[in-house]
Amino acid sequence: MTVALPAGPAPAPRRQIFVGTTLAGVGIVMLIGGMSTLWLRVRDGVVSAGERFPVDYIIPEVATNVMLMTIGALCLFAQWAVYSARRGDRAHTGLALGVVLVMGIAFINAQAFVYSQMGMPLAETSYATLFYALTGTMTAIVIGGLVLTVVAAFRSLGGRDRDFEIVSAHALLWYFIAAAYAVVWFVVYVTK
Amino acid sequence: MTTIDSTTRPAVLGDGAIGSFSAAVADWATSTDHKKIGRLFAGCGLVSLAGYAVLGLLLALERAAASETVLPENSLVQLFQAHRIGMIFDGLLPLTLGLAIAVVPMQLGARSIAFARLALTSFYLWLGGIVLIGISLIGNGGINGGNAQMVDLFLAGHGLMLLGLIAAAVSVATTVLTTRAPGMTMRRIPFLSWAALVQALGMLIALPVMFGMVVYLFIDLRNASLVFSGPDAIGDELGAFLTQPLTFVFALTAIGVLAEVAPVAFGRRHPLRQVVFAGLALVGVGAFASVALRSTFSVDFGGASEDIVPDLVLLGVFLGLPLLGALIVLLLVGAVARGAKPRLTSPLIFSTLGTLMILVGMLGTVLHSVADLELVGTVFEEAALVYVVYGALLAGIGGLIHWSPKLSGRIVAERKVLPLAGLGLIATVLASFPHYIAGFLGQPAAAGVYSGVDGAGIWNTAVLAGHGLMALTVLASIVAMVTGERAEPSQTNHWCAHTLEWTLPSPAPADNFAALPTVTSAEPELDQTPMSEGSNS
Repeated sequence: MTVALPAGPAPAPRRQIFVGTTLAGVGIVMLIGGMSTLWLRVRDGVVSAGERFPVDYIIPEVATNVMLMTIGALCLFAQWAVYSARRGDRAHTGLALGVVLVMGIAFINAQAFVYSQMGMPLAETSYATLFYALTGTMTAIVIGGLVLTVVAAFRSLGGRDRDFEIVSAHALLWYFIAAAYAVVWFVVYVTK
Repeated sequence: MTTIDSTTRPAVLGDGAIGSFSAAVADWATSTDHKKIGRLFAGCGLVSLAGYAVLGLLLALERAAASETVLPENSLVQLFQAHRIGMIFDGLLPLTLGLAIAVVPMQLGARSIAFARLALTSFYLWLGGIVLIGISLIGNGGINGGNAQMVDLFLAGHGLMLLGLIAAAVSVATTVLTTRAPGMTMRRIPFLSWAALVQALGMLIALPVMFGMVVYLFIDLRNASLVFSGPDAIGDELGAFLTQPLTFVFALTAIGVLAEVAPVAFGRRHPLRQVVFAGLALVGVGAFASVALRSTFSVDFGGASEDIVPDLVLLGVFLGLPLLGALIVLLLVGAVARGAKPRLTSPLIFSTLGTLMILVGMLGTVLHSVADLELVGTVFEEAALVYVVYGALLAGIGGLIHWSPKLSGRIVAERKVLPLAGLGLIATVLASFPHYIAGFLGQPAAAGVYSGVDGAGIWNTAVLAGHGLMALTVLASIVAMVTGERAEPSQTNHWCAHTLEWTLPSPAPADNFAALPTVTSAEPELDQTPMSEGSNS
């Protein structure tokens, strides 16, 4: 006769939000990578013709560099939220997520500052079209990241102390967004 | 934390027939049951493909009529685009994605699909997108469209549709990666689930790039068209996403159906599982071609010798590897069949013929890339697309028949659908092969009136018949599936299949498994049969 132990409890699904966020991050990188490729293709055509790209507009590079630093620092704070959430430290988790939110808003503010400083009408040059399409998409992605920050904050501070997977996924998404912005920064603001 | 939505909604009882109907519609429209979402996708895909077969028939009629005009001349460009875009995004993709959404969670031993609400949202985003695209094409939008607002709507529709497809791909891939039952390692997942994973990842690589192009085009065309040369540029920029080899990736789940049903039909374990996995993954390489933003990979053997090697490498990677992958899957059916007692079931026949047709389409795409044959710009490429789409359609129908007991609780009568497999084969060959010949004769693509080489009319007439027969095949298949005999709930394993979903009652309940099963081999259901062979996993 075979004696078998009763079945153990059903295991929890493997980190769905984390994996889903990773896949979404891959999508973000492909989106920005594809758009940057087309930017470089058009730029190559313009530069080969002996023209400057952009023609008449000055990019406020201080602001764009600060944006890169902001999004890099934002990743650190997102990771701090993970560190705190893993230890059940609700106060520091909330603080870290709050700082992420503020820095994300600061990033968008800096982008708006860049737009206002450049004063470039949308329908004037091919550069303007490409510039607003690429940086606008990047800004929309950052807004999406901030929505996840708010959701993570609500879930984490709403009493789900052990539910730190969304905080980890949130940090991962910001790493992907930072990588995507690094590409935009180099292609649009450094290479020009 | 779990994101599985396993809530069983109580049935809303309506008052009378109208109330019951409303309750049923509301249930289907808001259900997070992956089987219903998958059936919505696949059902829309099937009906769309029947519609596009009729459109293909009308376009072939226009071509066959030579100098006479059957369709409004100023709408021809839009109709050719509608046919191409529709076959891929309204038909092929929802059919294969729907099959994956409906079947994969059951195969993995999951209670639901990952991000069930996202999967339902993806359906509505996709549906909204294709409706906008349809409206824009009717209103003279689309590629080369004359109405600027409708061109904008065309691009907005594409954006919406792509967001839906990307969301569905995230849901399917996450399901395979995270919701597998205990003991189901990646080496043990069923072939269909593996094919669905590769397809979903391929879509995640390619479709965001297409979305980026759509954003650029939308902003540029709304603002003086300074980057692109107006609506004409849409075809150039999006062309790589509306043709091969990306369509190979979209057809991957259909190829996975053959890999899945062959061992079932021959009643034995697949001896070379890992090789089949490799074959299916090779087909997925096609996704990277669209990232290169190139719609054609041509090799000019008569040109300079230093150009041939790089071109051949590109051709080999982006077209040769997917072809090799599909060939591996097809040839390994022979390995399963060796020494086994054949059982020619309708899913096996449908999926074998379908994969064969996809393979012919792949071969055609390789030939199309040989510049010396001068096939670029002819109907040859269109024929290769029809081969791939109709081949995937046949394999997809085979899959729906196979899993019909689990999805709808109906067993489709073999005598009804077996002749349809033959009809589908004839339809595919007639709708495609004549255009291979016409391509060599120089018949231009997407042109209604053709006054080239004498005798091309006969090929266009054959294509006309092919599309008509395919519409008939799809409609008859739908009728056969809807009117199938109701399975007894206790009749769990109609096909003597090997995978986990066949332990469920027919139809499968909303939450699939009451208790999570534990898996010890790649063919858990086959292990239960007294004559099962030793596990190979």
